[in-house]
Amino acid sequence: MSESHLSTATAHVHGHGEEDYLSCSSGWKSWAFTLDHKRIGVMYLVAILASFLAGGIMALLIRLELLLPGKFFLSEDQYNHMFTLHGAIMTFLFLIPSIPAALGNFMVPVMLGVKDVAFPRMNLASFYLWIGGAIFFLAAVILGGLDTGWTFYTPYSTTTNTSVITASLGVFILGFSSIFTGLNFLVTINMMRPAGMTWFRMPLFLWSLYATSIIQILATPVIGITGLLLIAERALGIGIFDPARGGDPVLFQHFFWFYSHPAVYIMILPAMGIISEMVSTFSRKPIFGYRFIAYSSIAIALLGFLVWGHHMFVSGQSPLAAMMFSALTFSVSIPSAIKVFNWLSTMYKGSVSLETPMCYTLSFIFLFGIGGLTGLFLGALATDVHLHDTYFVVAHFHYVMMGGTLIAFLGGLHYWWPKMFGKMYNENLARIACLIIFVGFNATFFPQFILGSRGMPRRYAKYDPEFQIFHQFSTFGALLLGAGLFLSAGVLLHSLLRGRRAPANPWGGSTLEWKCSSPPPHHNFDWPPVVTEPYHYDHIQYDPKEGGYVEVEEVAPDPDDAPLPVKH
Amino acid sequence: MMTSTMLSTLHAVWGQSSGETLVFPTQGSDFAPAIDWLFYAITAISAFFFAIIVGVMVYFVLRYRRRPGHDAQPSASHNTPLEIAWSVLPGFILLAIFAAGFLIFLDLRRVPEGAYEIKVTARKWSWAFEYPNGLVMEDLHVPADRPVRLLMSSMDVIHSLFVPAFRVKQDLVPGRYTEMWFRATGAGTHRLYCAEYCGQKHSTMVANVVVHEPADFEQWLRIETDKTNNLPPAELGALLYKRQGCAQCHAIDDNVQGKAGPSFAKTFGTQQRLTNGESVTIEENYLRRSILEPLAQIRAGFQPVMPTYQGRLRDNEIDALIAYIKSLNPEATPKE
Amino acid sequence: MSDSSSVVAEPSATSHHHSDDHPRFLAHHFGSPQQQFDAGKFGMWLFLITEVLFFSGLFCAYAVYRSTHPEAFANADRYLDSTLGATNTAVLIFSSLTMAWAVRAAQLGQKTLLIRLLTITLMCASIFLGVKAVEYSHKWDLGILWASQFNPKDHAAHSPALLVLSIPAILATMITGVAFAVSRAKKSPIAAPFWFCLLLTSVAFFGGVGLGTMVPVIEESFTGVKHGGDHEESHSEQGGDRSHGHDEHANVAQGTDAHAGHSHAAESQVSEPQASIGNGPSHLLGQAEFDPTYTGIFFSIYYVMTGLHAIHILAGMGTIAWLVWRSIRGDFGPDYFGPVDYVGLYWHLVDLIWIYLFPLLYLIG
Repeated sequence: MSESHLSTATAHVHGHGEEDYLSCSSGWKSWAFTLDHKRIGVMYLVAILASFLAGGIMALLIRLELLLPGKFFLSEDQYNHMFTLHGAIMTFLFLIPSIPAALGNFMVPVMLGVKDVAFPRMNLASFYLWIGGAIFFLAAVILGGLDTGWTFYTPYSTTTNTSVITASLGVFILGFSSIFTGLNFLVTINMMRPAGMTWFRMPLFLWSLYATSIIQILATPVIGITGLLLIAERALGIGIFDPARGGDPVLFQHFFWFYSHPAVYIMILPAMGIISEMVSTFSRKPIFGYRFIAYSSIAIALLGFLVWGHHMFVSGQSPLAAMMFSALTFSVSIPSAIKVFNWLSTMYKGSVSLETPMCYTLSFIFLFGIGGLTGLFLGALATDVHLHDTYFVVAHFHYVMMGGTLIAFLGGLHYWWPKMFGKMYNENLARIACLIIFVGFNATFFPQFILGSRGMPRRYAKYDPEFQIFHQFSTFGALLLGAGLFLSAGVLLHSLLRGRRAPANPWGGSTLEWKCSSPPPHHNFDWPPVVTEPYHYDHIQYDPKEGGYVEVEEVAPDPDDAPLPVKH
Repeated sequence: MMTSTMLSTLHAVWGQSSGETLVFPTQGSDFAPAIDWLFYAITAISAFFFAIIVGVMVYFVLRYRRRPGHDAQPSASHNTPLEIAWSVLPGFILLAIFAAGFLIFLDLRRVPEGAYEIKVTARKWSWAFEYPNGLVMEDLHVPADRPVRLLMSSMDVIHSLFVPAFRVKQDLVPGRYTEMWFRATGAGTHRLYCAEYCGQKHSTMVANVVVHEPADFEQWLRIETDKTNNLPPAELGALLYKRQGCAQCHAIDDNVQGKAGPSFAKTFGTQQRLTNGESVTIEENYLRRSILEPLAQIRAGFQPVMPTYQGRLRDNEIDALIAYIKSLNPEATPKE
Repeated sequence: MSDSSSVVAEPSATSHHHSDDHPRFLAHHFGSPQQQFDAGKFGMWLFLITEVLFFSGLFCAYAVYRSTHPEAFANADRYLDSTLGATNTAVLIFSSLTMAWAVRAAQLGQKTLLIRLLTITLMCASIFLGVKAVEYSHKWDLGILWASQFNPKDHAAHSPALLVLSIPAILATMITGVAFAVSRAKKSPIAAPFWFCLLLTSVAFFGGVGLGTMVPVIEESFTGVKHGGDHEESHSEQGGDRSHGHDEHANVAQGTDAHAGHSHAAESQVSEPQASIGNGPSHLLGQAEFDPTYTGIFFSIYYVMTGLHAIHILAGMGTIAWLVWRSIRGDFGPDYFGPVDYVGLYWHLVDLIWIYLFPLLYLIG
């Protein structure tokens, strides 16, 4: 079985006549109505990158405006619209779907060794729901904008005259999109694992997406109903959240954070999954403590539901509730710490190669370390009272969301890019881009910790002049960060045109996606793949002829067929 | 209280008198040393672990970098005792941080007996601080070394009162009271911000906190109260216009456009159209009704957004405001 | 639902007679019909979990307001007719029975029985909506609406609310009637029976309207006018008297409410200074006293919950209609009945939600 598999893989790589998923059919209809999870993943990728671009440009405008303490070029209203849309677009259109819907959609069936997700039509529906949600967001921008902050707190959101209803409908629809993706992954992973793919042979990326999907299924409906109630509040005046009608605005905050805190884990868990994959591959070592990492994903998913109240320590909830939420918040930090220790241990005695995805992995551990540790300041009640709603919080969640999710997303994109598009990018330029992003990121957000502890509140269009020096530093950092991101985009796009053809396994990965050709054929595998323990590297060796790694059998059954093991 | 005593001792050991550092503003209340102490403690713990993580990471990258002649060496793929150890041990440190944070927080929430009470009303986008004798100011004046309790509510959306120098913050929620307290240390002036996003001019919803020496405070209060009480109506009205937040929505200058409510300049005595198509003369009864029942008769071109001032203004204050608005239109002919 | 549809690949009337390796109803990416069925069923269960959580937000809102303002909820209950609620509960439980039986019929390949049972289920759903339309329109006439429009009157105004709510059903009757006539004339073997089923469904709505109008009258003739509160729905000459009685009740309630509200506020002063003290727009920070505000909020919750439930009924009707079409086409049989099973699960959940709504809304007086 395995030798025939090997020869087929080789044939795929060398046989240029083979059809891959990109070339098997053409015309816009073959994309628009495709049920192929890989094409849907690619469409998602394009769409979320467009959202990221829009959100990123807004971020730069916000930072530029903050160069001066008074008005620079945005009015207060424009500034308020800008940070609201930046937050809403980045959260709902980019971060939440980024890894699961784009990279996950592409990789889950391949890494699992199946032909497609369980419900391909639902998968496509999920993508079009995303487009629908994005259109509603766009409509909200056109029909008067949105100035509530991405949190939509009542009663401000019920009294402002901007398009809250349109935007809430957008969130509602995007919620369905997210639920469909999560549901698909849960069913696929539960019901369709091929023979040999036991739970504990699954790559950790799949474990992390499994945990993510649990959150998507359990939390997203709550933001759905919250959005509907907010719409009803504005359209009809149902009074549930409106103090003018006897309602309780703090109830809205509970509903909102019941979703939106777990949503943080929807963003970060898949990122941790990608890091687990990359740290193992680029150290050529089995991941250390596989089961602890797998279980910690599930633990994070479940504990994440119990901590939403830590967003509300100064909202007037009782000290008892505050105490419980604070204690639970500290408990959720432990599974994250476990993962970091395990990643480091994986590198121990390994063969660490600093290819671009590994650079992002190291960057992730650094930035997520800061993001996670600064969470301690916000979990502790007394310090949170001072830091709540200041730039300290802004810096903290950017270190987690951007230093965590975005960096892992970029790492994963570089890691799987050759697999997805069959092209190699310029390694040195990509590494330089990674370095610029790393430096620019820290320059942007580190000063914001100090701004926050000095008392600079967030969401301020104007500020006291004493804060200016930190804001200026941050703005210059943001420009550097933007330059790094553009360089990175340029490197990847350039590879599509001029890149070297990618081998099936450019990095020496051991999971199933490296066993099919790059890009994969339409049905991923034309033969049922042989599933063994993941993260075993002894039989994967570099082959200069191939330009990538190939599998060698310890005892090659047919020397004519199997390529010779070559060390480099 | 015990912790606070303990922590004030700590303050004496740790803090300099002003307490201003790179990361913190002046320590203006006796919460500040305690909270700063916790902050630095967490910073020290975090820095320690961060240094280990990054140090180990860098060492492994250098030591085990892929190079000719070096390949991955076999090592354990898991080590349960080690993993349990690093899962459980951080828990104790976290528990300590949690406990410290919670104990200080209890002090923040437990208002001492006999605190000096000031009522705070927030609205878009200004503050009103009301003293026990009825005096209302737009800045917060407090005595030093005496517990001050703020009893707070909002007239429109959620606001949040934040004094960085005191390290205190609390949301003001419409439809209910919230409270907070502090004991200011030493005379001085600090900034007070709205920390919960509340709309267009959120970033200008800023006031000053003036801390007076205890003896000076009573004197200040007396002078300020006398000043207010002895003003002629139109001048008192001008003062209330600022202190009660009218200025946020109503201009007194014809050239100012785009405020949420109609301008007061040159309106008294004029005929104006209402949203329901009728027209009305702006005179004393209309103004009085608009202050107490703002949604009853809305001028054409404006949104029904004004909160009621019923129960917030005394009769003489309403009279004063009317007199002030009247004074803004010298051409007005008194209605007979 | 879309997840159940997506597991089906081009089924044909004869597919279930094949027993070869890859039957036509089996999608390419599944290994076996069993795997396909299990995946669909597991997906449906997950979807039902999301539905439960979707409604759980509303149940939370209900729990919060009922615990903080029990008097308002007890007071609100007198506006709801528990007899009509019970009637609708019975109708839905019966429809669950027919739906479960339909799954059995599909498994046994009893095509005619399957079509009949699905049609009965659809008709029950339609009757449910008819009764609901009577309730809604009556509340509209009495001014018992959500918080911002809550303005109860003693006498029901006669408005065309019921007619307006019936417009979709009238249109549906006309359209399905025409479609049935045309497809019958064309002797279309699938479309004609299909449209006939939908015609029956549309007409059943008016049966529901009749039921909703008659049940309170019948009940009254048996029990007299004792439970005046439950009889808001019926126009009796004694309406004036009864509403007078209500006022007294309301006054009594007012006293206790004020008391309860006050002690509640006092308690929370002790234990939790931040607790709600205010009670309404005009008494932002005043003393708690009885206020129709919270009865209005009860009805906000009532309308959101029952309205969302009605939307789920409509969605269920759409999917059952799709099943009817496929049953007539002969898609289902012992080898392939997944979609009937999945829609059945959904339908039971919708019924179950109503079984919670009924006591929580109608039986708390």
